[in-house]
Amino acid sequence: MEFGFTTAAYVVAAVLFILSLGGLSGQESAKRAVWYGIFGMALAVFATLIGPGTGLWLLSIILIAAGGIIGMYVAKKVEMTEMPQLVAAMHSLVGLAAVFVGYNAHFTMKAVTSGHDPHGTFAELVAHKTSVELSILSVELFLGVFIGAVTFTGSVIAYGKLAGKVTSKAEKLPGGHILNASAAAISVLALFWYMGTGGFFPLFLMTVCALFIGYHLIMGIGGADMPVVVSMLNSYSGWAAAAIGFSLGNDLLIVVGALVGSSGAILSYIMCKAMNRSFVSVILGGFGSTGGPAMEVEGEQIAIDADGVAGALEDADSIIIVPGYGMAVAQAQQNVAELTRRLRAKGKEVRFAIHPVAGRLPGHMNVLLAEAKVPYDIVLEMDEINEDFPETDVVIVIGSNDIVNPAAQEDPNSPIAGMPVLEVWKAKQVFVSKRGQGTGYSGIENPLFYKDNTRMFYGDAKASVGELLNRIS
Amino acid sequence: MKIGTPKEIAEGENRVAMTPDSAKALQKLGYDCLVEAGAGVKAGFADSVYEEAGVTVVDGAEALWAQADVIAKVRIPTTEELERLTPEKTLITFFNPGGNTEGLELAKAKGANVIAMEMVPRISRAQKMDALSSMANIAGYRAVIEAGNNFGRFFTGQVTAAGKVPPAKVLVVGAGVAGLAAIGTSTSLGAITYAFDVRPEVAEQVESMGAEFVYLDFEEEQVDGAATGGYAAVSSPEFREAQLAKFRELAPEVDIVITTALIPNREAPKLWLADMVAAMKPGSVIVDLAAERGGNVEGTVKDEKVVTENGVTIVGYTDFPSRMATQSSTLYATNIRHMMTDLTPGKTDGQVVHNMEDDVIRGATVAYQGEITFPPPPPKTKAIAAQKPKEKAPELTPEEKRAAEVAAFKAQTKQQVTLLGVGGVLLLAVGLVAPASFMQHFIVFVLSVFVGFQVIWNVSHSLHTPLMAVTNAISSIIILGALMQIGSGSWLVIILAALSVFMAGINIFGGFMVTRRMLAMFQKS
Repeated sequence: MEFGFTTAAYVVAAVLFILSLGGLSGQESAKRAVWYGIFGMALAVFATLIGPGTGLWLLSIILIAAGGIIGMYVAKKVEMTEMPQLVAAMHSLVGLAAVFVGYNAHFTMKAVTSGHDPHGTFAELVAHKTSVELSILSVELFLGVFIGAVTFTGSVIAYGKLAGKVTSKAEKLPGGHILNASAAAISVLALFWYMGTGGFFPLFLMTVCALFIGYHLIMGIGGADMPVVVSMLNSYSGWAAAAIGFSLGNDLLIVVGALVGSSGAILSYIMCKAMNRSFVSVILGGFGSTGGPAMEVEGEQIAIDADGVAGALEDADSIIIVPGYGMAVAQAQQNVAELTRRLRAKGKEVRFAIHPVAGRLPGHMNVLLAEAKVPYDIVLEMDEINEDFPETDVVIVIGSNDIVNPAAQEDPNSPIAGMPVLEVWKAKQVFVSKRGQGTGYSGIENPLFYKDNTRMFYGDAKASVGELLNRIS
Repeated sequence: MKIGTPKEIAEGENRVAMTPDSAKALQKLGYDCLVEAGAGVKAGFADSVYEEAGVTVVDGAEALWAQADVIAKVRIPTTEELERLTPEKTLITFFNPGGNTEGLELAKAKGANVIAMEMVPRISRAQKMDALSSMANIAGYRAVIEAGNNFGRFFTGQVTAAGKVPPAKVLVVGAGVAGLAAIGTSTSLGAITYAFDVRPEVAEQVESMGAEFVYLDFEEEQVDGAATGGYAAVSSPEFREAQLAKFRELAPEVDIVITTALIPNREAPKLWLADMVAAMKPGSVIVDLAAERGGNVEGTVKDEKVVTENGVTIVGYTDFPSRMATQSSTLYATNIRHMMTDLTPGKTDGQVVHNMEDDVIRGATVAYQGEITFPPPPPKTKAIAAQKPKEKAPELTPEEKRAAEVAAFKAQTKQQVTLLGVGGVLLLAVGLVAPASFMQHFIVFVLSVFVGFQVIWNVSHSLHTPLMAVTNAISSIIILGALMQIGSGSWLVIILAALSVFMAGINIFGGFMVTRRMLAMFQKS
């Protein structure tokens, strides 16, 4: 059975999806791009419903509507600071769906090959396949289930870590990566077994192994590496869709899966580069050991009160604010935005410097600042603003640590040596808003806090910035 | 030992080399302090204040010179004063050893040790006793005040109900200590300040004080100030011409000119010639801080204020520090006190140890135990670190640029061809074994990955979170697979497919909604 209309609709949908991703190159075109995505998806679902998916379409529509209501409710309710959790949770759904669809493909294939009448579009497709094609099909669905299962548990754990329900520390079961490796080895053995017998048990065994890999891999990765993890899972969910697309022979699934997969892969690459670490070292978790003792930090951290910071801000002409995960945790973005508005009203130049891995999600800080109505043209990337620090009067670091650590450039033995950082210490004055004297996620001393032009502004970021607002009108 | 300060005998000199405060510090070093009656009166320090600070007030210069072992004073000593020296005595004063051979000979004949305050080397350690700098600082400040006193307008521009007042334009020639002090005072009064100096490396200091540095269009390797201890050197005739041309250009514009150009041990260079004075607006003021050494300005009369035919006032006073005697005495007395600290290694024993091995003491000593020790050998430490020659990025010739571009292009081409080649071979290898139906899908897959890579690199960094939300939403395309299976006969398949449809439904709507919410928040300022 051929569906000419469906294929045409798929082509249009694929083009719309590509345009939708391409439109994200700028803030204004992005607003249009979302609509491309929405129409593409609507078109794809509609074409499938009236074409190959005709059985039980009423049930399908009811289910989509029910899911849609929940999705819309969640999307409306979610706080912008909870964005990373939401994204991770949604990845897990895609992963689980991929596992189910893969299982279904297996059951259908079994049913058809054991002589039952083909029932439904997919079954008819299977019925026409040769034996070589059938074994390729089994590899494809096996892969799809594997990736889907890893994505599912991985995303659930990532969600737990980001939402604070699971400890954000890197934790491994005794045995560490050997457990992962043996689980992967069992999965490979299961593949051959499955190809030989075509039974359900090897598929199930592999699923269990994959679920374990997803769980254990992500448990071993710490909180600050979450940007990489989330984009990696994003990538996986795409590859899972592509693999399922192969087994179902559906080109649109392949196209979209490949788009999403490469998008996630590029994001992971950008994040890794921003931390000067290889993808493998992030995935295997923890910071590697280093060649020598870290540089001794001399001097002391000098504290300052709100009056001092407010005075310096009054005197400054150019100000750069460097937000980090601490700002998100303290929900300080509204206060920061208000401070920005007041300073800008006084004719001061206020800008934001965003490190690629600031926060727990790529672009996390941008979204938070946008939520607080900070105009995006004063929010700059590291490469755009790094040269401007020497001419800057005051830098305020709010809740970030490793991304402003001069040790990355000065101390070759530092675990973060070579990582690109924001060179805030070159400014005339630096204020660090921080809860206490502790070290950052990586546990590295930050020489910035001991520099002559640095003053520590201790306290909860939201309360601290609020104090400044009381003094600056 | 006893340290004494006589009353200055030079006319119009108001300063005094010891203040009650410095006397207290000297006493801590173990010295007994003497002061001639009435020595500090003009600087605002009455005899009674000295007495309260534990200083013995001695009547008459003769008695003081006789009693004191160390004599600290300000002005260059007269012959009469030098005659009172004996071999055990040490004299600390301004001495002008370069132009005072007679004085040096007399000191040698008397066998006394003489420390000339202007000879203190300009090294970091000796800054605390650098009396030239502390006096120059005062002179620079006072020069602006003096100029303002003779200038009939505001320094700062104002817009008042009674009309608009333009700001005064001030040109400071020579950005040494005095020049910088003048620049600071002038800018803080609100004038538009320009500054010139033959040493280009001071441009940064000038600009840091808020003035604008006047650059010459002149191509010459200018002498680095570091070679001459931070002082200016004589410039070439061509350079001088360029400089004068620039001044001629500025003369009609500026309201106040303050010249501070001095070259060590030389007459002051003439920088502001008669035609420039004539070109200035009536009511303009020139303050010539170099008047003592002949002046930088043609028409300067030493120690006097003259008004030219076109109404330009030229101030040639040489006693600016003395006009602020309280301030300058305090600073000078502190310089002397620091010198005494260095001369007293015992710290509290009140004994002078004249250590000729010490760079600072050796440099400042002009007569020692019946010998003239001027000029001193060059100090071991250079005053100012030599300027590092600025590294110039090598100018690439057009050919080199072209070659680099071609090389980069070749490397890129090579990389791409290699990648394409490897990719092509892999594709072919897959195509050899896989059936045609698989290859059809595989081509679609490879092309999509390729398109994805091309498109995603352009995504703006700030939109990474929306990107993830969108990709999340569209990865629910997996719903198509579930929809295709939901019509199957098996109940198990239907249930699993129904669950998938439901979950994908959450994702589609949730993902797109949240993306829209985020994007709507991005606003331009």
